[in-house]
Amino acid sequence: MSGHTVTFDGREIPALPGQTVAAALWSAGITAWRTTRWGGEPRGVFCGIGVCFDCLVEINGRANQRACLVPAAPGDVIRSGDEDVA
Amino acid sequence: MTPEAPPRTLAVIGAGPAGLAAALAAAQRDLRVTLIDSAPQAGGQFYRRPAAALGARRPQALHHQWRTWERLRDGLAEQIAAGGITHLTEHHVWFVERVEGEGGFAVQALIGPEQQESVALRADAVLLATGGYEKVLPFPGWTLPGVVTAGGAQAMLKGGLVLPGRTAVVAGTGPLLMPVAAGLAGAGAEVAALVESADPKAFARHAATLAAHPDKLAEAARYGVQLLRHRVRLTPRHTVVQAHGKASLEAVTIAALDPAGRVRPGTERRFRCDTLAVGHGMLPHTDLAEGLGCRVDGLNVAVDAEQRTDVPGVWAAGEATGIGGAALSLAEGHIAGRSAAARLRGRTPDPRAWAAAAKSRTKAREFAAAISPVYAPPAHWAEQLRDDTLVCRCEEVPASAVREAVDELGATDARSVKLLTRAGMGWCQGRMCSAAVAGLAGCEERSARRPFARPVPLGVLAQTPDEDEPTPSS
Ligand SMILES: Cc1cc2nc3c(=O)[nH]c(=O)nc-3n(C[C@H](O)[C@H](O)[C@H](O)COP(=O)(O)OP(=O)(O)OC[C@H]3O[C@@H](n4cnc5c(N)ncnc54)[C@H](O)[C@@H]3O)c2cc1C
Ligand code: FES
Repeated sequence: MSGHTVTFDGREIPALPGQTVAAALWSAGITAWRTTRWGGEPRGVFCGIGVCFDCLVEINGRANQRACLVPAAPGDVIRSGDEDVA
Repeated sequence: MTPEAPPRTLAVIGAGPAGLAAALAAAQRDLRVTLIDSAPQAGGQFYRRPAAALGARRPQALHHQWRTWERLRDGLAEQIAAGGITHLTEHHVWFVERVEGEGGFAVQALIGPEQQESVALRADAVLLATGGYEKVLPFPGWTLPGVVTAGGAQAMLKGGLVLPGRTAVVAGTGPLLMPVAAGLAGAGAEVAALVESADPKAFARHAATLAAHPDKLAEAARYGVQLLRHRVRLTPRHTVVQAHGKASLEAVTIAALDPAGRVRPGTERRFRCDTLAVGHGMLPHTDLAEGLGCRVDGLNVAVDAEQRTDVPGVWAAGEATGIGGAALSLAEGHIAGRSAAARLRGRTPDPRAWAAAAKSRTKAREFAAAISPVYAPPAHWAEQLRDDTLVCRCEEVPASAVREAVDELGATDARSVKLLTRAGMGWCQGRMCSAAVAGLAGCEERSARRPFARPVPLGVLAQTPDEDEPTPSS
């Protein structure tokens, strides 16, 4: 199985085809990728199946994507960030 | 109806065990089925598999009942080839409505991972097989990265082939904890403890029911053997009292429970770990059913013996109608599919035709009813919450605010707590906090009526005719 790479806040990380953004980030040892609006607390995956919205992340300029659902495509530009007030 | 009549159509929402069994049963009886799921592949939560491109050599190593899955998978492929089933992946259904005048239903789905564009599908009938999600009660530290739901850890492992962390504690209550601990240990994690709040002695009171289910006992025994092989300690009658760490999880403290379900002071033990997989049972997805006006009984979509809801043309099967495991979902799905096939042709089905499925449904429901009181979370879990422990993760509402709403402002139900504190108003629409809020308010846990099953972009709503309710969170 051949992998590809994506970037997370400018850092290149490996990803496997079909792996979600969350799985790629976890594999690279990154477990938090946003901070909460009021408390500034770090958050990453919680439910793992698209229900809790804790894993929100910016992917290719689109804010508020669920990292546990979206597959990591080659060259994806992933950014952490403070929660957008939706 | 004449035999030349055009094929009747059924939209099955959810491609887990229930939805797959239903779609196959209906398609084999000449309904034209559209099987719709938000995931990129069929299988649901139970038969979750790594993406084909990940090239896992033995995905079955993480599963039991692989042969049942192969049967469903091959049946699906055959029906797709024959034109009986159209499988729509990555379609997130946010609303289903009856089409006035013309009859039938419109299924609204956001497509692709982006979920910016919505499509509408028409069908003569719908079958809801949307499954459930995990319930987690809060405790200090539960928002730290590294704390995940037990099912979430399993999903990451099965679907992404990622081992969440190196050292894990698995905790909470319910039949899901054992397979999750076994899965993590088998994949190479060190499982420092398997912490179950239930009392094994409580099972003795249900010995007769349990003995009637040798398959379930054998399944538990199989996990037991796997856990033993990996030297995983089962710690019953214990609960997690706190997760520790700064930027992410570093350790958890567990403590023993007394018979009343209170923490015994002085019994605290600390384990170093980078992952805590925690769960307190499952909750059914009921939003689509509620949007259609189906009766919900407590937390479950209410159905009759044929798996029909009280709204004509709407069936429901699987965990959406009550939590009971994959075998129950399969049986219910099969019955629902056959019933729909007959009813859509104007025939009254003969239940004797699905006697075997009905029998396994009865047995599985009996079993679920026997074990669910045993796997109750500790009665006094709320005493562990500190004032600053968040109850609502999305809106960051601490326990103190909920307590104030209840004790000082007199809120006695989740809705009032929500209006007073914003708990349940965020992205997840209360899915993560409703059980905790109900517990703190001392009211019964009920399904929260949400306008839509998914957050919907405003642009989509603007384009969708006949929509008058604004979206809450987009
Ligand atoms: C995260 C998780 C992990 C689990 N792991 C295990 C395990 O390892 N072992 C075990 O015995 N049991 C496990 N369970 C329990 C398991 O869910 C059930 O036993 C079984 O899968 C229920 O089958 P089902 O068909 O009713 O629902 P599911 O298998 O949950 O299938 C429901 C399907 O509906 C889809 N869906 C839901 N809502 C929508 C919507 N609005 N639009 C489009 N699609 C939608 C979902 O994507 C899903 O594929 C797990 C549960 C969860 C939540
Ligand atoms: S982890 Fe819950 S939505 Fe992604």
